[in-house]
Amino acid sequence: MDGEALSFHVIDENGTFQVDFAGEWTVRHVQSVDDRLKTIHSQRVAGREAVLSLGEVSRLDTAGAWMIERTASQLEALGFTVRRAGVSPVQQALLDAIEHTGTSIEMHPNEGPWYIAVLERMGATVRQIGNNILEQLAFFGLVITTLGRAIRRPSRLRVVPLVHHMEKAGLDALPIVALMTFLIGAVIAQQGAVQLQKLGAEVYTVNLVAIVFLREVGLLLTAIIVAGRSGSAFTAEIGSMKMREEVDAMRTLGLDPIEMLVVPRVLALVITLPLLTFIGDIVGLIGGGVAVWTMLDTTPDAYLVQLREASGFWTFGVGLLKAPFMALVIAMIGCRAGLNVSGSAESVGRQTTSSVVQSIFMVIVLDAAFAIFFTGVGI
Amino acid sequence: MSQTSRHTNEQDDFIIQVRGLDNSFDGHVVHQNLSLDVKRGEILGIVGGSGTGKSVLLRSIVGLREPQAGDLSVFGQRLKDLTEDERQAIEQRWGILFQDGALFSALSVAENVQVAFREHLSMKPSLMDELAGLKIRLVGLDEGACSKYPSELSGGMRKRAGLARALALDPEIVFLDEPTAGLDPIGAHAFDMLIKDLQRALGLTVFMVTHDLDTLSTVCDRIAVLADKQVILVGTMDDMLQSTHPWVREYFHGPRARAARSSG
Repeated sequence: MDGEALSFHVIDENGTFQVDFAGEWTVRHVQSVDDRLKTIHSQRVAGREAVLSLGEVSRLDTAGAWMIERTASQLEALGFTVRRAGVSPVQQALLDAIEHTGTSIEMHPNEGPWYIAVLERMGATVRQIGNNILEQLAFFGLVITTLGRAIRRPSRLRVVPLVHHMEKAGLDALPIVALMTFLIGAVIAQQGAVQLQKLGAEVYTVNLVAIVFLREVGLLLTAIIVAGRSGSAFTAEIGSMKMREEVDAMRTLGLDPIEMLVVPRVLALVITLPLLTFIGDIVGLIGGGVAVWTMLDTTPDAYLVQLREASGFWTFGVGLLKAPFMALVIAMIGCRAGLNVSGSAESVGRQTTSSVVQSIFMVIVLDAAFAIFFTGVGI
Repeated sequence: MSQTSRHTNEQDDFIIQVRGLDNSFDGHVVHQNLSLDVKRGEILGIVGGSGTGKSVLLRSIVGLREPQAGDLSVFGQRLKDLTEDERQAIEQRWGILFQDGALFSALSVAENVQVAFREHLSMKPSLMDELAGLKIRLVGLDEGACSKYPSELSGGMRKRAGLARALALDPEIVFLDEPTAGLDPIGAHAFDMLIKDLQRALGLTVFMVTHDLDTLSTVCDRIAVLADKQVILVGTMDDMLQSTHPWVREYFHGPRARAARSSG
């Protein structure tokens, strides 16, 4: 950018104090004179008149006019009486408009030292986490009571949305759940076999696959996929309805959003997650079996026999028993995040992210709690 | 009303020229051989029934939509013939206010105004703050609004903030898409006056799509009517009132129009 496009010149002689502005005083050029303009001053001020001459200004826009008006206020603050000279009518209109807007705004109010700001944000986050837990519990209670009402009067259960969500969250998730569990099953068997071969205990690969998969991995994997897939979908669906005031419209029509939106989704997931887990378990065992057959030269028959020996009813039951609880947590977190959406589309995105993170986190916390419980009761 | 100090060589010409514009969506023809001239320094209001392509015309002129055919010239330059750089230079000479402001939701109002400074000029933060504050005050928002985010503003404030952003680089043309839609009558009137005042002080050319009869009668120098895929009539409010075209008659002589006239 041409530095010579605009200039100003200060004349400070006996009688007169004059600032001559010249050139293009536009938004593209004003930066080059900003600092120098601020330093205009004079030794002798008392009662003198300062003349701002615009005679040589070829172009003027709001930014230029602002610089000139700012200089005028600056000189007035020093004690000058300011007069503007050589102003064309058009320029005058612009200067008047700028003058009317008043003085500068403090954009960045003093926020104190940085460590205070850091502490403040930490505190706010901790409080928010606390509030979040409380609100989640309150929401849990609300859904449970609504669910209880619905069970007492089954006519209030919405069957069509229930089946719809079962299809979307359950049936449609089958391919991805099957593929993932098959691959992970095969990988666990293959890695386990390599390690156990060193001890000559490769037979126990089957036990490894059975225990790990039926008790933990089958469920965890399925729950995490469902949390990412359906939990986020719940948040986005309910969230966009909230954003478009559909949820408010429901309330005004005497419909309970919890009953209409949340209960069918929660029930759908509580029903389908155990089913998905069951299928995940089976496919995972098949995956493990394929790896064992190809690596260890065993027959499918031998694999099945070993499998039956390695796992009892509870190995399988423990995994499946956890599934409805996981489903409840995923669906509740997803639905509440959706109802928490406020106004903007940006908020839908934020709530969706937080719902996925929260539900995956809770799935793992819950799994750990169950592990302690089942060890305690000896299964 | 043009600002002599700013443009000397393009006096008295048409700042926007539309010639033979064709626009259609999947076979549905919106514009056919549409022509329109906008004079420098005027406020032109575009009216027309729903679906007559008022917004499509605006979007075609500013390049958000590629028309099927036609010539668009702005500042005497044919937009088709421009290179990428020339086009960018032209884009910095106009500002657009979208219907709901279209403010960037992740930025505060002041930062929204500063986007153009940051992107196109090398300016220090202190001066950017000063100029952003100036624009925000110029559109009649108070100081508190600077650090607010769009979601915290009312509809009228969002429009004002959007106008401040459109004015950031001191454009010569401002495009307004339904500037008063969704505002209460007091807010709408204040916004009309704001547009008129700014147009006078800054020497703007204003191209506005509007349905607001009060706006049309109080601030627009000329009105262009879109119907039958073309601009069927351009002229002052008086011309509109004397027109015999059935749609124009119904629009400007309907009960709402009478109310607007008697109050204005």
